[in-house]
Amino acid sequence: MKDFTAARPVPRAINWNRLEDDTDLDVWNRLTVNFWLPEKVPLSNDIQSWSQLTEDERQLTIRVFTGLTLLDTIQNSVGAPTLMVDAITPHEEAVLSNIAFMEAVHARSYSSVFSTLCQTADVDEAFRWSAENEHLQAKSRLILDEYAATENPLKKKIASVFLESFLFYSGFYLPMHWSSRARLTNTADLIRLIIRDEAIHGYYIGYKFQRGMERLPEAERNALKDFAFALLFDLYEIEARYTEQLYDGLGLTEDVKQFLHYNANKALQNLGFEALFPDDACKVNPAIMAALSPNSDENHDFFSGSGSSYVIGKAVATEDEDWDF
Amino acid sequence: MAGLVYFSSGSGNTARLIERLGLPALRIPRDPAAPMPCPDAPFVLVSPTYSDGTGRGAVHRQVIRFLNDAPTRALLRGVIAGGNRNFGTTFALAGDVISRKCNVPVLYRFELAGTDTDLTRIRAGLTRFWSTEDTQCLMQA
Repeated sequence: MKDFTAARPVPRAINWNRLEDDTDLDVWNRLTVNFWLPEKVPLSNDIQSWSQLTEDERQLTIRVFTGLTLLDTIQNSVGAPTLMVDAITPHEEAVLSNIAFMEAVHARSYSSVFSTLCQTADVDEAFRWSAENEHLQAKSRLILDEYAATENPLKKKIASVFLESFLFYSGFYLPMHWSSRARLTNTADLIRLIIRDEAIHGYYIGYKFQRGMERLPEAERNALKDFAFALLFDLYEIEARYTEQLYDGLGLTEDVKQFLHYNANKALQNLGFEALFPDDACKVNPAIMAALSPNSDENHDFFSGSGSSYVIGKAVATEDEDWDF
Repeated sequence: MAGLVYFSSGSGNTARLIERLGLPALRIPRDPAAPMPCPDAPFVLVSPTYSDGTGRGAVHRQVIRFLNDAPTRALLRGVIAGGNRNFGTTFALAGDVISRKCNVPVLYRFELAGTDTDLTRIRAGLTRFWSTEDTQCLMQA
């Protein structure tokens, strides 16, 4: 008969009706409602638009998308699974499994764009380019180093939030740029779905980071904050070089860097830290902002007299049963 | 002079905005069992957005509970909404929902914990907003 004391430990069955942290269920619900697949986006409507890009513009776009594919691949196969080990609640582990799977959907969706719009040889060339690109490899390595360093789970979360909320944006800029010029608009719709998901991922991992920080003495909190800012500086240096390499040809580098600063600040806010870059270094081109959140009035400021003061009826779902007046 | 009421969840973004704003503000608790604040003067509500991709659930259930109290709601003058532009068309949607439900203007929108520019605009804007509100009250009296 087997020795029961040496038996393999079995996890407790997850009970979603007994929550230790309500945010786990809230985020699970958001993520599952937002589930999508690239087949839902009519990418073939971009075929004509694609043919109107110059050869350089097409090559740049494919390269940017292979770079994004690499980050999603890392997050799917290493990032989210490595965070699961540190989960405080079983529900957190389940949320991270959803995040891991959606990263696979994101990585897969770039290949849908490729198979719809591009020549196989051009795509193969771009994947070779991404495997050899020093900046792309360097930033991936910095993140992977933190994922492998298991002595501090909160450092893994910092690296993960920087990947989700900062590193993607040198790539996301390009489809938003095309979209602002009425090019590749369906591809941009797909990218916006990815951006929406990454925003929730960055929020959630940042939220769990803050819960972890609360348990630490001040000296350790300060050390982690110093670590976070140092890692962001290192990543920013690489991103700046990567951005120059990609966008100098289109004359967009300075514009992309403003976008990087803006997103770096948002990544820090997800972690509960203050912004690093001053507002005048975050002057993102309004056309990019409008491409990011269409219909949301960029300059909405009732105080200064711009924007509409009252919202005119728009079809938005609200749960009327919750409002009892 | 009237005040602010705000809600902030575990991310703490709105709480950090309020802290840096440095204006007196009442907090709507996260815990449904905790007592709700009872403002006794006109106020502006600062609310983050929790919407899914279709716009559902934009206003946190605790904020809805707070606004379901009629005497409280009668003192609401405007809403400032937090959000994230990465959510596209549902960015800061809580402001739009509260505006329509309660017939008050959306005064301002900010992202996450806001920027220094946001803080400057909100401070100056609130000062001007309350001065016109006061004038209107006097005229009605």
